[in-house]
Order: sequence, then structure tokens, then C-alpha cells
Amino acid sequence: MAKYSKFAAVGLLLAFPLLVSSDYYRHIMILALMWVVIGSSWNLLAGYTGQISFGHAIFFGVGAYSAGLCTTKLGISAWWGMLIGGPMAMLFGFVLGAICFRLRGTYFNLATLALAEILRLVAKSWVSLTEGMMGILTIQTFRSKVPYYYLAFGIAALCVFAIWAIIRSKWGYYFVAIREDQDAAEHLGISAFRYKSISLLVSSFFTGVAGAFYMNYMGFIDPDVVFSLYYISIMAILVAIIGGAGMIWGPPVGAFIMVLLQELFRSAFFGYLPKWISEAHAMAFGILVIVVIRFMANGVVGDWVKLSGLFTRQKAPIPSVTSGN
Amino acid sequence: MHFFEVRRLTKAFGGLIAVNDLTFQVEEGEIYGLIGPNGSGKTTVFNLITGFYPITSGAVLFRGKQLNGIPTWKVCKEGVGRTFQIVKPLRRMTVLENVMTSAFCRTSNTHVARDKALEVLHFCEMDKKIDFPAKGLTIGDRKRMEIARALATAPKLLLLDETMAGLTPQEQYEGVELIKKIRKSGITIIIVEHIMHVIMNLCDRILCINYGQEIVKGSPSEVANNQAVIEAYLGKE
Amino acid sequence: MEMFIQMLVAGILIGGIYALIGLGMTLIMGVMRIINLAHGQLMMVAMYITYVLYFYLGIDPYFALLVAMPALFLLGVAIQKYFLNPLLKIDSIIPQNQILMTVGVGIVLTETIRFIFRSDYKSVKTSYSSATFMIGNISWNVPMFVAFGLAVALTAGLFIFLLKTDAGKSVRATAQNKDAAMIMGINADWITQLTYGLGAAMAAAGGTLLLPIYYLFPDVGSQFTLKAFIITVLGGMGSTVGAIVGGIVLGIAETLGATYISMDLKDAFGMVIFVVVLVFMPGGLKELTKV
Ligand SMILES: Nc1ncnc2c1ncn2[C@@H]1O[C@H](COP(=O)(O)OP(=O)(O)OP(=O)(O)O)[C@@H](O)[C@H]1O
Ligand SMILES: [Mg+2]
Repeated sequence: MAKYSKFAAVGLLLAFPLLVSSDYYRHIMILALMWVVIGSSWNLLAGYTGQISFGHAIFFGVGAYSAGLCTTKLGISAWWGMLIGGPMAMLFGFVLGAICFRLRGTYFNLATLALAEILRLVAKSWVSLTEGMMGILTIQTFRSKVPYYYLAFGIAALCVFAIWAIIRSKWGYYFVAIREDQDAAEHLGISAFRYKSISLLVSSFFTGVAGAFYMNYMGFIDPDVVFSLYYISIMAILVAIIGGAGMIWGPPVGAFIMVLLQELFRSAFFGYLPKWISEAHAMAFGILVIVVIRFMANGVVGDWVKLSGLFTRQKAPIPSVTSGN
Repeated sequence: MHFFEVRRLTKAFGGLIAVNDLTFQVEEGEIYGLIGPNGSGKTTVFNLITGFYPITSGAVLFRGKQLNGIPTWKVCKEGVGRTFQIVKPLRRMTVLENVMTSAFCRTSNTHVARDKALEVLHFCEMDKKIDFPAKGLTIGDRKRMEIARALATAPKLLLLDETMAGLTPQEQYEGVELIKKIRKSGITIIIVEHIMHVIMNLCDRILCINYGQEIVKGSPSEVANNQAVIEAYLGKE
Repeated sequence: MEMFIQMLVAGILIGGIYALIGLGMTLIMGVMRIINLAHGQLMMVAMYITYVLYFYLGIDPYFALLVAMPALFLLGVAIQKYFLNPLLKIDSIIPQNQILMTVGVGIVLTETIRFIFRSDYKSVKTSYSSATFMIGNISWNVPMFVAFGLAVALTAGLFIFLLKTDAGKSVRATAQNKDAAMIMGINADWITQLTYGLGAAMAAAGGTLLLPIYYLFPDVGSQFTLKAFIITVLGGMGSTVGAIVGGIVLGIAETLGATYISMDLKDAFGMVIFVVVLVFMPGGLKELTKV
């Protein structure tokens, strides 16, 4: 049953641009697919490996600027960013890991947040490289949304599939072991530093690709947008949590929910509600954070599937000692 | 060359000397007992062997190779497995997943790891519990799972830290049988235990420490009848 | 050289106020083991309270402290009680959900204020806002000087509270060992509420004291949240004395950095120091590496 619904969902997504011709709805779907990538990437590092990053905007921003700088500095197409953005983000991921992985818990969160903010401020003031607050403006290649849609879909599919495969391998077991108890993991022959780094590198790669895609798709970036604490780093966390952190299908579901909710408020429920609602969309974002954390700590998918063990594969009724079985 | 050797091992936590100039040797195939009153430094010795704490001075040698100075995960790869006095299950994984994780120590293939984990769990008579989430296990099962997890890393030396504490008499009996079975399979064991009949029953030789220092070494009966050991446990008359 | 000393003085004075804000964060950090990412936003709310009192009732900002601090204390208690404490009972994959909650609270506070006051810049210009006096060749800004003095007094008050009163001792005991404190019969729920309330009140004091020399807009909070956590980290996480040192270090670094390096990067200096501390002094901040 669950299996068929997944196939149905994928089929529906593939057919979407054929069924819906409105550019506006296509745009929302493209953003949602992009957030599938960012949310899933964050989830690999945080949900599976237990390293809660408050700085994923670093990788998104670096990816976006890699693409943007291709045009402004190298004079080549911003599409090259799709190739360069991922590795560049990994480079930053490598540095971030070297700095932050000796820290645990809250201190790790703090450090990632601080590094992201530093990068945002640097991007703002290093005008000769980044154009500062002016941002980078390029001309979009396609007028139609359809190519962007399928590109976003392809990246999202690749990302989810890659993470799915990783989680089923030795790496996945190691990541979760580190999340559950880093000290125990070390005693089982797991180099926590090495595997946290691997998780971070994969995570930063896909986030960087998403950033490069964003540059190409939107045609405009500035530091406050792509390095935003709230609208990238925190949004990534919310996408994963609202869907279900530590689960493959959590962030993809969360991405659609979050993007849709945001858009509902931004557009004052597609114009059905009074205009002032749209001015309060930041407020709505804040309330959403509170409600999600307070009432949906395990996300939509998590409360749905009632997982046992670490994967969402459903099993026979879970034998539970605590329930006296 | 001894199979395993600790030379003049010392560990200071600030002003507190938790392990003080400790020297002992363990031979291959042996069950070696490490006993001492609460807070005497037994767990700390284990943490020093596995490199979890950096040592203050001294050396740890395993099959001629120096272990101190190399990271904990490499000590495990060298063939030293351990359990924890305060158990550390990977809570949101099942028993099988816990043991598979450690089986990956020797392979990268999921099927191989799974087979190894199933084999070890069978060896430890936990077949019925493989799909239980680790966080729901009883204390007895948690301790047993820790042993299985350590075994799945294919150790040559196994460090057991109070694996019997908190168990029912029946579980203790089964635990003793399991440890005997592990030794028979060719694994050398160092065991820390408070329960005397377990120690006396299992160990070939025993080292008793107090305040991190050696009191006496010898066969179980020698140690049991030693005046200094009795005083360390019961206090002076 | 004179310029340097002048900047040093300015840095220390502003650092005194930063210390106040950092102290609030440190208290919360010590007891709850979380960073309060709503800290600057609480401070911002206090600044608006002070602004309203001044603008509509003509109350001097320094007297407004008497309103702003209790008000923020109550707000803090409520946040802890209704938003943070309930999370302790949830078993989540993401153990940092309390931090995320403070993010949400911070956004809602900012947006509520924006809703009421719009995004305009506001300021409180008192008769003494730009008054100065000279000692030798160094000029001292009067409101900054007064603010520094009051900050010292409030800090002293906080220390007396922590060291001498029963409630204060309970807070310290909880910070040292939560489990032991609970076994000793300390009501952890109430202590966390008290702590968050106190932290918020300290932030309120910092904001109110800054107001005569600063400007005000709804987003002012986030930059102070960042400052507060930098101070907390510089000070060694949970150490109250450390927070004071951290505040002053940050004040000096910002002022000197802005003068000698770049105005634009003023806010980045603190964070660079922060990261440098993390990278090069892992031994000095050893306790950071274990939770
Ligand atoms: N990480 C640490 N930091 C500071 N002191 C420590 C640390 N670990 C252990 N100690 C101290 O070292 C001494 C030895 O502790 P250890 O846990 O090794 O004793 P033990 O023999 O295992 O006791 P038990 O029988 O209760 O398990 C104790 O005084 C303990 O307080
Ligand atoms: Mg012990």
C-alpha cells in the first residue's frame, strides 16, 4: 500500500507540468522540489548523524554564488555552477567539519550558526567579489518553467535516492550509531570524525547543487537571501522536522508542506483572505516553528509510520518489552 | 612477549590519581579478573586501554604493539572489544542493527555484516530478540546485547565491565556460561566484577586494586584469602 | 594613541552593557544547557516598552527600567513555562528542539512588534543623549557612562542574588548538577522559569540602557542575540564572571575593529573571535568538547 502510494506520488510529480499549465503553481512546485533537496541533505547530517546544523545556508549560499560568479567573474554560463557549486560547498563543508566536529551538542549548533553568519557578513561586504548587497543578476535561460521543473525533479530524485542508498549501507549504520551514542560508536571501531565528515560532505554537496540551481532559476541572489539564517538554515530544519527527521520520506513531505504553507500565507491564501495576511507571513513562519516543535516533534511521516529501528520500512507489529509483550 | 601487557599505567584526573603505577600481564586464552572496591579505578583502566582517556604515563601493549596514543576506534580495529558498566545501547536501533553496526568493523558488505550479527546473536542466545528496539530491553538483555556487540567486532581481547551487575541469579548463571563459551571460542578476557562467586568461578588469575594501586595478584584462592584484600573490601578491624 | 585610548574607553563602556545582555544568556545557558536564540528579541521588546513609556508618558529611560525589567521577567517566565518546559517531555530525534523553539518565539516577538510599530527606525533622544564630559583628553559620553554604572550595579545585584538568597543558591545548584538538585528537592520547573525570567530581565536592562544611545527597529534583536551567544562562548559557557569578561572583550573588539579595519564588518569581528577561540583554544575551552 505504502509502496504504491510512493509510485503514485512520483508519477504525479512527473506528470505535473503536463497537467497544470499555470506558471505560478509550477513555480511553487519547483521551489518545493528544491527544498526536498535541502531538507533531505540537512536530514542526512542532522536526522541521521545527529549533528544539528544551524548553518546550512553556508552551503546553499556557496552553491548559489559559485553559479553567480561563473557569470560575473568568469564570463561563462551560470549553468557551470551546477557542476562547481556542489564541490565548492563540499570544500566549505570540509572546513566547517574541521572546525566544528570537535564540538558536541549545543556548542556544535552555535559554531555552525556563527560560521554561517560570518559568511553572510563577508558576502555582504566583499563587494569586489560578490557585488555585496547589490546581489548578482543573470538572465534566465528558459522562459518556460518546464525545463526548470524537470531539472529540479531530477536533482531531488537523485538526492533522495543517494541518501536512501547511503542509509542502507554501512555508512548509514555508522551515522545512526554516532547519533545515538558517539562514545559507544568509537568503541565499535567507528571514527566519529571521519563519518561525521562524510555525512557532512554529502549533505553540503547536495545543498550546494540546490543553491546553484536557485541562482539559475531565479536569476537573482543577494547575501541576505541565500545566506539567510531564518529562510534557509532554519527553514531547512523545519522542512525536515515537519516531515519527520531521521526518515527518508520526512523531508520530501515536509518540503511540500512548508513551501505550500509559506505560499498560502504570502499570497493571503491565494487571495481568498484579506491582504494583510500576506504581510504577516513572517509571523506565520514563526508560529509555524512553534507549533511544529511543540506538537509535531516527530513530524508527519514519523507519527504516521510509527517506525521501529532506524528505517521507515514497516515491520510486523513491533515487539515491545515495555508493553509487556 | 606477553599477549597483553600494561606497564606502569598511571592516570591523574586533576589532583586525583585514579590509576597509580599499575603493571600486569594477561596471557592468550586466559580469563583475567580485575577487582577492587567502588571507585578503585577499574573502569578507568578499561578506558585507558581503549584510549578513551589519554593516559598520564605508562604503556599498554597488545600483541607487542603499543595501544596508547592511538584513537579508540583503532584500538577496536586492533582487536580489543569492550562492554560498558553503564550500558550504552544505540537506543533507537534494533538489537540486530546494534550488532550489525559493530559487525561492520570487519566488513563493508551489508549481507556479510548481517550474517555475522545473526551468528553472534545466536551464539549469545538472543535470536528471539533481534527485532526489539534497544531502548525497550531489560537490563539483562542490554548487558547481553553489549557482549554480542563487542563480539561482532571480532575481538581477540574482550574487556567486560560488570556485565553481571543488576542481573537475576538465573541470568547470572547464564552469563557465566556465556563467558565460558566465549573463552572456549579462543577469546582472551579481562573481567571486572563485584560478584565474588562469579569472579572466583571464572578467573584463572586475579588482580585486586584499591585507590588505583595494586594490592595483590594471584590465583583466585590466593586473592580471596589475602588479608589486605579483605581489609580493602571490609575496612580495617 | 589618543584615538586608541578613546576607542578603548568607548569599547569598555559598551562592553559593560553587552556584559549585562551576555549575563542573561549565560544564566539560561548554565541552567538549561540551551542557547536562547530569542535573547536579543526579548531585549528588543524591552526597548519598545521603554520607548512607549518615554514617548507617550514622558518617563525617563532610566526609570523605565523599573517597568521593563519586571515586564520581561514575567514574559520570560511565561515563555519557559508554556513553550520550553513542555518540550522536555517529548522524545525527539532532534534533541535541540528547545533551541528551535526559542527561534520561533524570537520571530513571533519581532513580528508582533513590527505589526504594532511598523518597521520604522525610532530613537529616544533625551536631553543628555549626546552630552559628554572630559577626563584629560578623553571624552566620555554621559548616557554610556551612566549605562555602564547601572550595568555594574545590576550585575552586582545579580551576584548578590545568586550567592546570598535561597532561590539564587538553587539556581546555582541546578546549573551545577540538575539531577542532584532535583533529588535535593529543588523544583526544577520553577527554577528554570525563574532563570529564564531573570535572563530576560537582564536583557531588558541591557536594551533599556542602550536605548538613549542607539536606535530602535523590530529587527534589532537578532544582532544582539548573536552578540549574546558570542559573549557566552567567549566567557566559557555558563560562567557568570566569564560573561562579564566576554562582554567587555566583545565591546573593545568591535570598537577597535570598526575604527581600524572596517565599519561594515563590525558585526563579524565578534564571530571571528568566537570561531578563533573554538579553533585555536580547544584546550582553553576544554569543557566545550563534552556536553
Ligand atoms: N572522567 C573522570 N573525571 C574525573 N574523575 C574520574 C573520572 N572517571 C573516574 N574518575 C574518578 O576516578 C576514580 C576511579 O573511578 P572508576 O570509575 O574507575 O572506579 P571503579 O573501580 O570502576 O568503580 P566502580 O566499582 O564503582 O565501578 C573515582 O574516584 C572516580 O571518581
Ligand atoms: Mg566501574
